[in-house]
Amino acid sequence: MQPGPRVLVVIPAYNEQDTVGATIAEIRATNPGVDLLVVDDGSSDATAAVAREAGAEVAQLPFNLGVGGAMRTGYRHAVQGGYDVAVQIDADGQHDPRYLPELVARLGGPEQVGLVIGARFAGEGEPYRVGAMRALAMKVLARTLSRMARTRLTDVTSGFRVADRRTLTLFAAHYPAEYLGDTVESTVIAIRAGCRVTQVPVQMRLRQGGVASQTPFRAALYLARAVVALSLALVRRWPETPPPPPGVRAEAARVHREEQP
Amino acid sequence: MSSTVILGIAGSATVLVALFELMRRHRLREKYAVLWFFVALGVLLLAVFPGLLTGAADLVGVEVPVNLLFFLASLVLLVLTLQHSHELGRLEEKTRTLAEEVALLRLDLQRRERRDRPDGPAEHTPRDGS
Repeated sequence: MQPGPRVLVVIPAYNEQDTVGATIAEIRATNPGVDLLVVDDGSSDATAAVAREAGAEVAQLPFNLGVGGAMRTGYRHAVQGGYDVAVQIDADGQHDPRYLPELVARLGGPEQVGLVIGARFAGEGEPYRVGAMRALAMKVLARTLSRMARTRLTDVTSGFRVADRRTLTLFAAHYPAEYLGDTVESTVIAIRAGCRVTQVPVQMRLRQGGVASQTPFRAALYLARAVVALSLALVRRWPETPPPPPGVRAEAARVHREEQP
Repeated sequence: MSSTVILGIAGSATVLVALFELMRRHRLREKYAVLWFFVALGVLLLAVFPGLLTGAADLVGVEVPVNLLFFLASLVLLVLTLQHSHELGRLEEKTRTLAEEVALLRLDLQRRERRDRPDGPAEHTPRDGS
């Protein structure tokens, strides 16, 4: 990576008015060089107003699309704006933006890394605790995707991820909207399109607002849906090279094509 | 026997009249109308010529002809429902794309409005001007 790539941080936010302001302020304080885009996923609270007040640009979806829809909006914006790197950081404050430079630095290099995942189980600081069933689901997903990516991935459901120009262009066209599609399936898409994926250990913080629901029934449901999402992602057909998404400026599309190997 | 003929004719006639009316009011796309037209035509044919059904049942070895009718009818409905699920999925994807485009267009519009009003509220000005 050249020094000083143009970085866009995309924050998908759905009813996060209590935390989005602090998250933006923290990213601003730790990474003054990046641009911020909050994608308000059809919130019914003051998320958009709070984010604007905190100094971020806000794209407001007319109704709730889920993280996948919010992120594809962000990736499209990154393509249109000609950004080199797109970063996903959740609005609830569980991703520590101090790791951002480290994650961005892992892009490119001799391995031509195109997607970096901030992984919670990789041994940095306090362990991230989840129930047994959910842990099993995560392990199954991690094993399968590690084999596909030919590298050790321990936390494929992490929403803390950094994509380079090629990967974000791919995501702008093919970012799934279904459950777990935003993490698991998108990783499969990136791998199958030939992007190198790697992870960097990060320490996650507790959510600043809201609680993760972890009843045994929900955990079992999560496992089942994870298996379905993974199986579908594995058998689905995806185009080898991404076509330029609609709405992309001809110039950006041309630059992208020239970068293709 | 004649009562089944009357029922069959009445049923298919209802479908055909409803189709015509929906088409006339621009409420039905042609592709769906064609589909239902053939379904209604099939019902009409079977009602007027019940021999077709018994002949077909003999041919494929179904002992009770009406079972063949039920089997085929449920198969047709199943395929139609599947087709509708497929269409629904495509529509959802299109709606999603439109929603995303709307969000990005709104963002672009806000930026332009801010740029055109340099005396606007300063705290809303983005750091970069691109």
